[in-house]
Amino acid sequence: MVDASAIGRRFTPVTAHVEPGRLRYFLNTIGERNPVYRNAEVAKAAGYSAPPIPPTYLFCLEMMDADKPFEALEVLNIDLASVLHGEQRFAYRAPIVVGDTLTFLSRVGDVVDKKGGALTFITVTTEITNQHGAHVADAERVIVVRNKGAGQ
Amino acid sequence: MTPTFARPPEIGDQLVDKTFPPISRHTLALYCGASGDHNPMHVDSDFAKKAGFPDVFAQGMLAMAYLGQALTDAAPPDRLRSFSTRFLAITQLGAKLTCQGSVAELFEAGGEKLARLSLTARDENGDVKLAGEAVVAL
Repeated sequence: MVDASAIGRRFTPVTAHVEPGRLRYFLNTIGERNPVYRNAEVAKAAGYSAPPIPPTYLFCLEMMDADKPFEALEVLNIDLASVLHGEQRFAYRAPIVVGDTLTFLSRVGDVVDKKGGALTFITVTTEITNQHGAHVADAERVIVVRNKGAGQ
Repeated sequence: MTPTFARPPEIGDQLVDKTFPPISRHTLALYCGASGDHNPMHVDSDFAKKAGFPDVFAQGMLAMAYLGQALTDAAPPDRLRSFSTRFLAITQLGAKLTCQGSVAELFEAGGEKLARLSLTARDENGDVKLAGEAVVAL
């Protein structure tokens, strides 16, 4: 079982490129028709250098371009079938647009047991920088592990 | 900067409200590919059953993507300062999500006037699946 000794553990940095084709596939999948995401002219009129990414797409970019998208689970020896997504947070510090190259640096921020050890909440904190070295966003996800045969 | 909303928002104003089509297996498969989240839990019913679930269910981040879409329909994406959700319950196959948000707080920080929006995503039975908040610059 994962315990507080995992706090501070760092994962392999991920570099991801914001590609227009992959972004369009995502926009089509969620039925996103807002022209600011799809039309370069509309994006420019709104003050962007190129179309921006929608608010949750950071999560996708990190997974798409990771060699091991489930590295955190593998490293902490957690079965993929036992996890649920508990919380997700984003803080936006600067625009992120098509053509950007982002670097994701993730680490274990916290580990908390709940329900007498039946559940473990693992917080993974990610700092995101762009190709100019600007700190453009932060993300935080809480992974809920359902521990077999523990607690209630 | 042009104002984010047509008129200055007040506490309690509902600014976000959008309903999405029922979530099909096809949507889950497309989202699996489009998001880079290849967790079989959401596309392989054999895997989901082995893990103790009756069937596949929606990716939490698909529901959050819908909530984000409803949010940036209401406020331009460059005004968004933060966005967070808790996934309170599993979003089942076939769920038709309604994403809503209202003004919970008006405040200033970092030289900006900001609104904190309280957000929910509910299914067609009114069950809250996601609860969260966003901070938008006004």
